[in-house]
Amino acid sequence: MSDVRITTPTEISGMGHRMKRKEDPRFIQGAGRYVDDIKLPGMLYLDIVRSPYAHAKILKIDASEALKLPGVLAVITGEDLKKAGNLHWMPTLMSDTQMVLPIEKVVYYAQEVCCVVATSRYIAADAIELVQVDYEPLPPVIDPYEAMKDEVIVRDDKEKKTNHVWHWEAGDKDATNKIFDEAYKVVTEKIYIPRIHVSSIETCGMVADWDKINEHLTIYMTSQAPHAHRTVVSLVSGIPEHKIRVISPDIGGGFGGKVPVYPGYVCTIVASLVTGKPVKWIEDRSENLQADSFARDYHIEAELAADADGNLTGLRVQTLADDGAADAAANPSKFPAGLYSIGTGSYNIKAAHFAVDAVYTNKPPGGVAYRCSFRVTEAVHMIERMTDIMAHELNEDPAAFRLKNFIRPEQFPYHSPTGWEYDSGDYHTALKLAMEMVGYDDLRKEQLEKRARGELMGIGISSFTEVVGAGPSKDFDILGIKMFDSCEVRIHPTGSAIMRIGVQTQGQGHETTFAQIIAEELGLPAKDITVEHGDTDTAPYGLGTYASRSTPTAGAAAAMAARKIRAKAKKIAAHLLEVGEEDLEWDVNKFVVKGSPDKFKTIKDIAFAAYTNHPQGMEAGLEAVNYYDPPNLTFPFGSYIAVVDIDKGTGAVTVRRFVAVDDCGNIINPMIVEGQIQGGLTMGLAPALFEEIVYDENGQNLSGTFMDYLLPTAVETPIWELGKTITPSPHHPIGAKGVGESPTVGAPPAIANAVVDALWHLGVRNVDIPMTPQKIWKILRDHGVADEG
Amino acid sequence: MGRTITLNVNGTSYTREIEPRLLLVHLIREDLSLTGTHIGCDTTSCGACTIHLDGKPVKSCTIFAVQADGKNVETIEGVAANGLHPLQEGFWEKHGLQCGYCTPGMIMTAKAFLEENPNPTDDEIRWGISGNLCRCTGYTKIIEAIQYAAEKLRHAEEKVAS
Repeated sequence: MSDVRITTPTEISGMGHRMKRKEDPRFIQGAGRYVDDIKLPGMLYLDIVRSPYAHAKILKIDASEALKLPGVLAVITGEDLKKAGNLHWMPTLMSDTQMVLPIEKVVYYAQEVCCVVATSRYIAADAIELVQVDYEPLPPVIDPYEAMKDEVIVRDDKEKKTNHVWHWEAGDKDATNKIFDEAYKVVTEKIYIPRIHVSSIETCGMVADWDKINEHLTIYMTSQAPHAHRTVVSLVSGIPEHKIRVISPDIGGGFGGKVPVYPGYVCTIVASLVTGKPVKWIEDRSENLQADSFARDYHIEAELAADADGNLTGLRVQTLADDGAADAAANPSKFPAGLYSIGTGSYNIKAAHFAVDAVYTNKPPGGVAYRCSFRVTEAVHMIERMTDIMAHELNEDPAAFRLKNFIRPEQFPYHSPTGWEYDSGDYHTALKLAMEMVGYDDLRKEQLEKRARGELMGIGISSFTEVVGAGPSKDFDILGIKMFDSCEVRIHPTGSAIMRIGVQTQGQGHETTFAQIIAEELGLPAKDITVEHGDTDTAPYGLGTYASRSTPTAGAAAAMAARKIRAKAKKIAAHLLEVGEEDLEWDVNKFVVKGSPDKFKTIKDIAFAAYTNHPQGMEAGLEAVNYYDPPNLTFPFGSYIAVVDIDKGTGAVTVRRFVAVDDCGNIINPMIVEGQIQGGLTMGLAPALFEEIVYDENGQNLSGTFMDYLLPTAVETPIWELGKTITPSPHHPIGAKGVGESPTVGAPPAIANAVVDALWHLGVRNVDIPMTPQKIWKILRDHGVADEG
Repeated sequence: MGRTITLNVNGTSYTREIEPRLLLVHLIREDLSLTGTHIGCDTTSCGACTIHLDGKPVKSCTIFAVQADGKNVETIEGVAANGLHPLQEGFWEKHGLQCGYCTPGMIMTAKAFLEENPNPTDDEIRWGISGNLCRCTGYTKIIEAIQYAAEKLRHAEEKVAS
């Protein structure tokens, strides 16, 4: 099925309508309100002194010159935080610890060393230059394999003097080994998925406002998860939670980078507590690229087994995860390697085993997503690359090989060998549609002709399965807080409404799509429904927006809250129409007496009655709240086909065509879904061809500006050709699955497979991303095909 | 220390005594409270801070406020006298924005671009906005938004001409 289902007229604009976004008027007129736009009376500014070394002892911090500068109010060091109640350390979301400000040593380049509070941001910037810090450099450990030798210990604050952080396994080891012992064909490959950075165009920042008199803290914060952050601030600071209000105003992109708690946030809060004034801290771009949480950094060794008929049978994966100086990922507690064990992907593989070890290195802490649901990108890249290698090794067409090995439609709900239950899928239809759209057979012919002429052209497929919507409370929590999400809906007497949600938009369009869910369920016009979020004083508790979880969790909560309202509305309608509830049926926006189409009450009539003429014995009003605990995750999927040309003179890869067929279940707003896919594909292109955070042997970040860390512009971005299939989620109230991250997950292996496909005949089996011109040209030269003229 | 400058911003004249090192973007955002102009990178790479200086698009994070002395500045807040500018309309109509952070700079760049090239191809638009980064949209719908505005502006020109 590929038609979007629409059941409401345009004036209601429920699900399936291409409704223009309700939030846009403020953004297009320059009236958005981001954290740096907030200006409070008497506000001070914070700036941070950062380490020039990746690993060094701190001998002395001398702030005397800085404090002499007019306008400087305070310099806060780790010692000060220690005295203020051991605030120099904080927990990470993975229950590891991380320095807020160090006392003994620094463990990564650009680490926060101390901070300055001044009356203007210019004076603060001057003052950090005047703080004298004496260091004794220590040898850093940058390579995670070196770190495993424990010759340099990154975290000597820990009892165990080792860089090894954790070991995690999934799947059945013995069954997998047996499959490999009996396999007809095994392919192995080392794949590195490098460090990258989300680089939302708005960096991170905060305004903290401590009201001494009322002992109340208001925080404006670039936060993807304001409720969780309020709880963390309360636990760390000891300020009671009802005395903390976190406001996440308009957010200029998140992509996972605004989930963690960074030292700068804690410093800003402390600075406000110390000075009794509002304090603002806004990162600059270099601080953002050098010190905020990174994504990926997985060193993968994978083995894939097949039988004599070319059926995939087993997958064995070992991985070294470079955590940097702390495990500061944002994974659910039980999943230190996130949802990496989804790595059997779209294939009917009998047995699989995953083992991941994490190590500390002298690099910034992290392991957050980059528009991805907890390590799914790494898993998908691995299995899609391995499947392609196997197809090529067996001399089978990669498309035909996938069609042969896909999980079949009748196998759903499908139980994967690592314990996941895929809710629904139809992988064959998606790939066949993508092949038809791209003209697959003709492209293969063209490739043969070009190869005969010595030209390098490749076709790459990625048929990914995503796993999103964390998650069911039996398995999913962050710091013990279960990963439900919430929605509260109040219908006003005149038939308009306000809804509040526990998730937090960063551009996804929640103010529109969530109103459309209520419009679908209750028949109230979406334009008449205000959507509020991001203020912990008013919104119900929720875990926030990341991992494509908003629609699967809070979207479901919205539908369930609306259904509670509809149940009450039915009672009121029965009262008004003087019939039994069983005599009524729902029709778009009204309850109609069965068999008497002229006897009905619209939801507006009912809303008015709920406040003016409600049945005796019933509570007045029309509102509901729902905390939705999903029964399962959702499993969006898709098939992407990339066509690339490689320039033998420069090594540049050009993505000539890119067809993306996505299936995210039922669609709330097709226009917004298209925007999410086009944006996600561009964020998939980025690490495939351009982006990598690079360190030198001293741990110095060499990618600290947008001149060194290359985000794609409109020129590098190809024309995305979109197609869709619709396979609803059977367990989600509106059959939706979530979409924001699928394209970022699915795109890189399609491009990587296309590049390797162009080079396979030369003996190239794998090219790690980013596939830069330098890297490709070197491969061409090594294989004697580069144009060196 | 201070320097006195006078500049016209969105049709209003302002005189301010400022530090010579004050960046134009900070004058606009902090002294004049026009916060539609954003800061994204500090290195002239992202274009979120794009404004017009005497009609030319300029990245206001890498120019001093004193350099705007005696000049006309236009920001996103000044592009439409009544209602919406065709570009603002186009971005809304075609879903040319998601988080909205790059949008004002993107619109200011597109406005100057369309004044130079009122009938562009998609490819010319891609090059025209290549100094502005967007992390959300993948640019496709931004290009559609600019084409929408181009057509509308051409139509308005024709009307005036006839």
